[in-house]
Order: sequence, then C-alpha cells, then structure tokens
Amino acid sequence: MCRLFAVTSREPLSPMVAVRALDVMKEGHDGSGMGLFLTDLGGPFERFRGAPILSGIFSHEGIRTLDRYMMELDFMVKYKFSLRPTKRPPEGTPKRDNYLIRVYDYPPEWLSLSKEEIEHRLMVTRLELRRMGEKDDSMIVFSFWPDVIMIKEVGDPMELAEYLGLDNEELQARVILAQGRQNTNYDIDIYACHPFFIQGYATMTNGENTAFVPIREYLTSRGFAGYMGYHSDSEVFTHILHFAHRHLGLGIEMYKHILTPLKDEELERHPDGRRLRAVKQACRPLIIDGPNCVIGCLPDHTLFMVQDSKKLRPGVVGGAPGMFAFSSEMCGLDAAIPVRNKSEDFQPMKYDTVMVPPERQEVMRWNQWER
Amino acid sequence: MESVGKMTPSSLSASDLPWRVLWDKERCTLCGRCTAVCPVQAIELGVHRQRLFQAPLGLTQRPTNIVKVYHGIDQKTDPAHACVGCAMCDYVCPNGAIHPVRSDQVDKLRFHVNQNGEPRRRGGRRNDPRSILDEIKFIRISMLTDPALDAGRHDFELRTLLGRVLPAEEMVKSMRDNGWIPPVREIYPLVIGSMSFGALSPTMWEGIQMGVAYLNEELGMPVRVCTGEGGCPPRLLRSRFLKYVILQIASGYFGWDEIIHALPEMKEDPCAVEIKYGQGAKPGDGGLLMWYKVNRLIAAIRGVPPGVSLPSPPTHQTKYSIEESVAKMIQSMAMAWGFRVPVYPKISATSTTLAVLNNLARNPYAAALAVDGEDGGTGAAYNVSMNHMGHPIASNIRDAYLNLVKIGKQNEIPLFAGGGVGKNGNLAANAAALIMLGASGIQIGKYVMQAAAGCLGGENDRCNICNIGLCPKGITSQDPRLYRRLDPEAVAERLVDVYRSFDTELKKILAPLGRSTSLPIGMSDALGISDGAAAARLQIRHVI
Repeated sequence: MCRLFAVTSREPLSPMVAVRALDVMKEGHDGSGMGLFLTDLGGPFERFRGAPILSGIFSHEGIRTLDRYMMELDFMVKYKFSLRPTKRPPEGTPKRDNYLIRVYDYPPEWLSLSKEEIEHRLMVTRLELRRMGEKDDSMIVFSFWPDVIMIKEVGDPMELAEYLGLDNEELQARVILAQGRQNTNYDIDIYACHPFFIQGYATMTNGENTAFVPIREYLTSRGFAGYMGYHSDSEVFTHILHFAHRHLGLGIEMYKHILTPLKDEELERHPDGRRLRAVKQACRPLIIDGPNCVIGCLPDHTLFMVQDSKKLRPGVVGGAPGMFAFSSEMCGLDAAIPVRNKSEDFQPMKYDTVMVPPERQEVMRWNQWER
Repeated sequence: MESVGKMTPSSLSASDLPWRVLWDKERCTLCGRCTAVCPVQAIELGVHRQRLFQAPLGLTQRPTNIVKVYHGIDQKTDPAHACVGCAMCDYVCPNGAIHPVRSDQVDKLRFHVNQNGEPRRRGGRRNDPRSILDEIKFIRISMLTDPALDAGRHDFELRTLLGRVLPAEEMVKSMRDNGWIPPVREIYPLVIGSMSFGALSPTMWEGIQMGVAYLNEELGMPVRVCTGEGGCPPRLLRSRFLKYVILQIASGYFGWDEIIHALPEMKEDPCAVEIKYGQGAKPGDGGLLMWYKVNRLIAAIRGVPPGVSLPSPPTHQTKYSIEESVAKMIQSMAMAWGFRVPVYPKISATSTTLAVLNNLARNPYAAALAVDGEDGGTGAAYNVSMNHMGHPIASNIRDAYLNLVKIGKQNEIPLFAGGGVGKNGNLAANAAALIMLGASGIQIGKYVMQAAAGCLGGENDRCNICNIGLCPKGITSQDPRLYRRLDPEAVAERLVDVYRSFDTELKKILAPLGRSTSLPIGMSDALGISDGAAAARLQIRHVI
C-alpha cells in the first residue's frame, strides 16, 4: 500500500519534512520509490514565479537533445538547479546522469499569446520531450510548468533523499506532495510513480482503481493530448480533476461527486439532486471504484483529500493556522506537526472532501450532502 | 418378400424421428392422460396383437399359438405428428411409464418437414447449445492490493441508463442555461425484452407485469419490460404501471392505433419507446404471429381481423433510408410524448451494426441502441432464419462499444445487448460478460419463459412449438384450455425469484472484481477466455 504525505505551510519547507514523514510511515510502504511535487516555491525559485520550470531525469545525451529542442523553440535557460549525486546509488536505484530542474524564459513570440494558449503549449512541449526521450529513456520529463518542481526515483525515500541531497537549502516549497512507493500493479516504470501532474493539477493516491480501464478509455477519447500515459491506474485521478475543474469549469466539491456520486435513492433526497444527477449521468464513465484515498493540489495551491465511496483507505488532516498536513497515517502527521491540537485532527469519511485553501487558515470540510 | 403396404417418400419409422416415445406396458394403467396432454398428438391409443407360443409338457398335446390383444400406446410417425420431446406425457403419467428419448441418430424427419412446400416454422431459438459467453471468465480478482468487497454486506449501485446522455460539456452548459436535457431513465440493467401480447398468453403477460410491478414497488428494483409488437392492453396503457413498460413499435404497427388513442388518458409516460428494426432470431425478417394464435382478444388489441396470420414486413415500409428512419421515426415518436420519453431502435446483430450506430451517434434524439444476437428467441420464425441467419452478440456489441470509444461517445448512446443471454442457465455470468464487453444493459426473453414459467424449449430442438399456439405449459398459447394451466401469480413470484437471485449473483461477480460504485461497463480487463482467437477478436485477455 502506498503512503502519502502532503503539507502546506506559510513558511517554505524543505522536502525533507515530507520525506521524514514518509519514513515514519515506513511500515506501510515497501520503500520502493518516491515521488515529490513541490509548488509555491521558496528559495531561489521564488524570483522566477511566472517562468516555466522543467523537471525530469536526463542522460547526458538527453540534455544535448533537450538543449537543441528548446533552443529551436527559442526557450532560454534562466536558472539551473541540478541534483548531481556523486556517490554510489542506494541498492535498487538506477544510476542516472542528471536530475534536472531548470527555469526557462518564454520564447519572445509567446508573450503575446493568451494564458490558455501558453498553458497548452507548455503541456505540448512537455509531452513532446517525453515522447522524444521514451525510446532510450534519455529524457524522462515529469513537469514543465511555472512554480512546480517534481522529483521521482526508484528506491527507499530516506535513502534517496540523502543520495540526491534533498536537504539542499535552495530546495524549498510551501506546498509539498510526497508518495513513498513504486507502482506494483503493473510494470515498474518511473512514469507510474505518483504524484501525477497536468497543467497545474497534481494528485497522488493510496489505493487501487478497479474502474481504471473504462476511465482511461473515456479520457483518451476526449481528444485532449494531455490525457495519456496511464502507466498507473492512479493517473486518471489527476486527469479527472483536470477535466472536471479546468475543462468543465466545476468546483472542487464536484470532484467528489464525479468520482463517487451519491446513489440514485440518495439523490432523490438531496436538495440539489437534479443537478447532481445530471452530472452523475454525464460523467458516468469517470466514476471510480475500489479503495482509494486521493490527495491533490489545485493550481491555486489549495490542498485537498477525498476518499472512495466506502472509505477503504486511511487518511488524516491536521495542523494549525499557517501549516496543515495531510497524511496516510497519524504518525506521519505527528512527525511533521508534533505541536497541534490533536482533537481537531480530521479523518474524512466516504462523503467528505477536506480542503486547505491557499490562505492556510483552516481545514474546510465539505460533505456531499451539502448543497 | 412380404408387402409393407403403401409407402410414401415421407413414410418414416419412429427410429427416423428425433424423439422416440418409450412406453412401459407393465407400469401403464391405460389412464389415457398422456395421449390427452400431448400437444401434437404424437401418441394415441394402440391396440396391439400379440402371439404367444405354448408348448405343453409331454407328447400328447401339440404346441400351439395363442393370439392375444393388449392395449397401449402407439407413436405416430408422420411429420405433422412427430414427437417434439416436450415430455408432458412423462409429466402427467402417474406411474412414470412413458417418456420421450432423443434419438442418437441424425433424424430423417428434417428432410420431410416441408410438406406442401411449406418450410418448417417454429418457435424457440437457434438449435445450438454452444455459447461463447459461457466461455468468458472473470479473471481480475481483488487480492491484497485491494480488498475484495462483500457481496452480502456492502452497498452496490446496480443501475444503468436508458436515454441519450449529453456530453459532459453540454450537460454542464444545459444545466447552467436551463437548456433541454434529453430524457434518461435510470433502470435495472436486466430488461425483459420484447415478447408481445399474442406471442405470449394472457396469463404469462399478466404474470410478468405483476412481477415487474412487485419488483419496482416492493423491492425498489427499477426493472423494465418491453411490450414487443402487439400493442398493450388498454387498462395497462391507462394505469400508473405504464412507467415500467417500454412500448415497442415495429413494422406491422400492431396495436398502435390503440396506443395513440390512449395518449391523452395516460397517467404516466412509458419508460421508453423501442422501434424494432430487427430481431436476432430472424434477422431481416418481420414479426410473425401465426393464425392459430390470433383469437378475438389478440385481434382486438392489435386492431386486425381474427384468425389470420400476421406477418410484419421485414422493414418499415414508409422508410427508404437509415437517415429517414432515424430522423423521422425517432423524432416523431419522441414528439408524441413531448420529448419526455427516450426513443431508441432495436436491430438484429449484423456486420452493418456500426453503420447504424454511427448514424445514431449523429442524431441527438436517438436514446440508445439495442442489439439482438443470433441466439435470440422468438415465438415464430422460419427454421432456416433461426438456425442460419444472424451475427453472434459478443463480437458485435464489443465492436459497437469500441467504435463508440473511438468517437468518444461511449457514455452518450447506451448499448443494450440481447440474444441467448443465459441460454445455458448462466444468466448473471453472461450478462456481466456482455456488460464488461461494453453493453450498458441486457435484454432477456427466453430465460424469463424458462425460469419464470417453466418453458420446456431447448436448443436440442425440444418442444419449440410456440408458433402454433399449443404450448403445453400455456406460456405461448391463446387457447384458454392451455393458458389456464399457467397461474399468473406463480409466474410473478418466479419472476421476482429470478431477479433477486440474479441480483445476488451479479454482486457475487462484481464484489471480487472490486466493483460496486457503478456498473462495470467496458471493464474488459476483468475478462479472459481460453480461446486465443476469441480473445484477440474481443480484445480481452487470453488465459490458459
């Protein structure tokens, strides 16, 4: 089972906060991998708020290909941050040439484009780089987006953090999502590692989505280039969020209504039943199944957690104004925020969505029975 | 050589027939029940001559012959009276002295069932007990990575949609702008398919309607039943139970005068309107109700004279193209109920199904597509149509679903699959397989007759005389002496049994797959089959 940890903090934090939380929850995961999503960045990255950051793993040849391609598009490197481990990798972790984090300047002709068009082109560029590198694994690209850094690797999270030097003080973020396991249901593939990312949306899941195949078929038939990949059944959670929030323009509360809608007889009694029924019918192929706890982050840095329709996976939220954490287990929360009013910790149940808005003042609870 | 009397080309012995009636003289009480009950009068009282040889002891008296007479059963061997294997003789015999036995030879009757140039017509379904659906296994079992669910204790949402579902973007827009949203029914995924009033006896129809009403009103299972092409009894049209009924219109338009006239008096809208363009049992052929069954009641409901055969044309005569059929017929039927009722076509499975589907996809009023495979049943059809015409349902529904996936409309036009579902008794497994291949719902007919009313028909050509109104169980007969054998209340009870047990079995399939929140439409990763060619064709896993 995966273990998840997410934190949102007024003050920038080192990703080591999340790695330590994963480490104390180690009994529940096999230490086979780690994925990190950092946004609302601190440190040197704060200066480049609007500029896209490319995150990924590149071979030396891959970097040369990348440079050629990006120069052709007229991107300029603004800032480089390379994790370049020198010692031997931990057991099970492959030897890589470069863990790359680069801030780019937009091509001059992009500056006149609309926000939507720029965001579309950023995604297309990421997909194209990924496609180009897929043949020989020379370029593995996780994200290409302003104010977002992603790091993924195979191996034990704490050993990886030490190996990669994640305690580097330049690496700081106010929102961190961390997941501590490689995909085990399908082939091990670094693209199957959570969190998943698309156009500012990121989610990670502790669970197993048994409705994966019809959902994948539905998403891939939307005609949207970004709905691809699916080395993990959990990637669809990110894309459903993107589809509902960005494409359909529905609020975050509707995410839960799409994933696990109320039953027909429940909708009969719901004050907003007519609308919810229409959404349920129109989004029927996106209904998930199986045990799942989803933690995600919206482009405005709102953190949230939802559970499956039977609440078959653990998940707890707690903290204090200024800093809140979402964790698979209480011990992870204790490790990250030991001083807090524990009586206010909240474990969302099958109807709940919990959110911490970007202001980080409170945990907002929303229930599917609310209008 | 001794003369055998007059012999014609169609003179057959009992050994040449598919069914031979075996009779035990020692146990027979000569009560005559078997000869009375036989629907085709295949047996009659026989007076048999028996020669006994007596050889007394000693040499004084010569051995002699005694000729005695005994009474018993004779099996007729002319094609019109050949035993159909229904075994009603066995059912009524108090001593178990008689029963039919299937010949282990290839019968010779098949060459003679075209007397007077009339090819054989019959009821039932394709005489082939094989089913690819039975071979499909459910292989994706939740083990450790996700917990299997509890079929007995967890909540399951076993519902499907019948109706045109707007694309998500349009639905959101319509809700915001208060625009038109096509009618969509949330129903139980197992629909009782079209069996007409006329094909079925009044008691069978009443039993089904009572059972459906009970399932809806007492058990909260939104089960729907389609009328078939035979109209609908006037009282039902004007009752609140009409909402459980799918009205079918077919090329003969039987009963639609009555339905149209009842429109202003309807308390409820029907669940949907099904336009029948084809039927799996006799693809490309119209409906057929033979004259035997057209009594005054049937004639009145259908708006025809009694005592005449009612063959519907193979196609709707006023339509010359698919565009016209779809555009005009669907829209005019939808208009009749103010666009509050889903209208969808039913076709027989065919290699041209995708052309129909693509056309429907372009029409915003087409509410669904029902596809009936080659194993579908019928009350009457030509034997050649039943045995040789048509397309298997599994690959047809899979192609249709994958085609919808390709154009991104898999949620917009629900597919309903029928034809041989549960033909070997595996109703829930067959239905679940079709749903995972892409069907939104399943239609059954013959299974209901078998399980809820005791139909004796089988795919080894047993009984299958639905067409001539002599159903020994009273299921497909319009003769009161026969249909009074069937207690409608008992049919209703059995129908409820069928649905409750199906519901449990379906959960027993879905729970180990980790599915409960929605019907697993298109969950093809759960399916496997040991036939490699079938696996490749259906795009499911090949397991050996």
